Amino acid sequence: MSLRLNARLLSALETRSKAELALMVLPSLMIVAVVIVPAIWLGFLSFSVDGMPSLAHYQRMIDNSSYAAIFLTTFQLAGLVTAITVLVGYPATYAITLLPPRLSALALACVAIPFWTSLLVRTYAWMVILQRNGILNGWLLDGGLIERPLRMSNSFFGTTVGMVHIMLPFFIFPLYASMRSIDGNLTRAAYSLGATPTRAFFDVFLPLSKQGLIAGALLTFVLCLGFYVTPQLLGGGNVTTLSIKIQQNVIVYADWGAASALAVVLVVIVGLMLLASRLLGGRATD
Amino acid sequence: MDSTNAYLSPWRRLWLHALLVIVLFFLLAPVLVVVPMSLSASNYLEFPPREWSFRWYETFFGSSEWLQATRNSLIVSSLTTLLATPLGVAAAVALSRSRITTAQILKGVFLLPQVVPVIILGIGVFFLYIRLGLVNSLPGIVTAHTALALPFVVVTTLSGLKTFDHNLEIAAQSLGAHPVRAFLGITLPRIKLSVLAGALFAFITSLDEVVISLFIAGGDNTLLTKKMFLSLRDQLDPTIAAVSSILIVMSIVGVFIFMVAAGTGKGRRL
Repeated sequence: MSLRLNARLLSALETRSKAELALMVLPSLMIVAVVIVPAIWLGFLSFSVDGMPSLAHYQRMIDNSSYAAIFLTTFQLAGLVTAITVLVGYPATYAITLLPPRLSALALACVAIPFWTSLLVRTYAWMVILQRNGILNGWLLDGGLIERPLRMSNSFFGTTVGMVHIMLPFFIFPLYASMRSIDGNLTRAAYSLGATPTRAFFDVFLPLSKQGLIAGALLTFVLCLGFYVTPQLLGGGNVTTLSIKIQQNVIVYADWGAASALAVVLVVIVGLMLLASRLLGGRATD
Repeated sequence: MDSTNAYLSPWRRLWLHALLVIVLFFLLAPVLVVVPMSLSASNYLEFPPREWSFRWYETFFGSSEWLQATRNSLIVSSLTTLLATPLGVAAAVALSRSRITTAQILKGVFLLPQVVPVIILGIGVFFLYIRLGLVNSLPGIVTAHTALALPFVVVTTLSGLKTFDHNLEIAAQSLGAHPVRAFLGITLPRIKLSVLAGALFAFITSLDEVVISLFIAGGDNTLLTKKMFLSLRDQLDPTIAAVSSILIVMSIVGVFIFMVAAGTGKGRRL
């Protein structure tokens, strides 16, 4: 009797009513909607001028050559930052996996500290290090390596440095996890079969870590496309990215249509890159 | 691992480790520079400082504007955490019990605020809030920050629930416990660490948020990040070194708590 009752209760509990589950998700969905729905709304507005359907905002992007320069800057910046992050981050992550446990934990903590430090604080530090009468110029001048201060802040160079600094931890952490999951016996087997370290690395380790590498690189590139704060502060007006142009269109020119059209293009590019990263290498963050 | 190590020639290992040291130095350099500089006695930024003092901290603690912005930021981050954590946990629990396709789609929706470039969310929210009269209002700012923080809570809680045996909660309910009590008494203690990590992410996300706040957090509700951004854009005020050092210490304490609570080596998820 009680057994049967329990069985019925259990099956009732097992299939929690859909309404209950929906109620649990609904408040969060509404809050997400507050930031997502207006963006979609703006997306629709970008295809109209004064309430009439029109592609004028997109036409201007093609006609006005300054937009081409903005797209070029954004892609160059994202490409360069991604290239440096991958070329430096991959071997560095590999080096961390070679360390004994205690040292690798220490190395990871060193990666985690800037990761957790406010983005503005880090950008500020780079402004101070790279500015005309800044620390780096001071050291280079004192060391007699240069005669006049180099222009490092308010430039494409400064922006690149600041962005690499932000992207490295994002790249290192998932890659480290994926490298750790590679069975060390496979490389050892390659050695025992007579492979040189170079050969073992390129034929065994690199292909096995390729997924994490590609996913991490694509993710880095995608995140770089949307940067606003770093190019604004370290670029000092000399680096105009898509995000900066979008902000200017809204705040300076109150031109919502132009801003929205750029936003649509940016979202489409980001979406395609994410789709590519999914098809190519699974999701780096999972 | 160690035996793999032995196959690498010492020269190879040397350059790998030298590169690692350079990378780690590059990563830590900003932190290493800002803190000593904030203790400088001079009128402009110098490193290393020739004389030490707490004058920039005095300027900070003597400025009602900076203090107001700091207080606003702490209030907004706390409210965001208090809102995002229970809502995100509830959503994650529901997702973990829904059909897989439904859960996948909803999880995708929850991740949207992290995937869409933040400038787009910023102008969208600004556009909406102008119409609702919510620009520069506390509820408006907290709602937007909560949307950014929710993905962290949902993802960390979901990963915690992965290893939790749902039958335990059902057992408690079959023994007569109210569903809420069964959740609080049985499930929550077992996913506590994931929830805590999510809450910490939520707090830091809100505290660090710049771009959306630039659009919607002004006037009496100006946030610390907005004030910092504006002073950085206009001039390099040494007070920011003091503010930054306070934030750095806070984040190191945060990392420490997180590592103690959750073990090492887990990165912030996107």
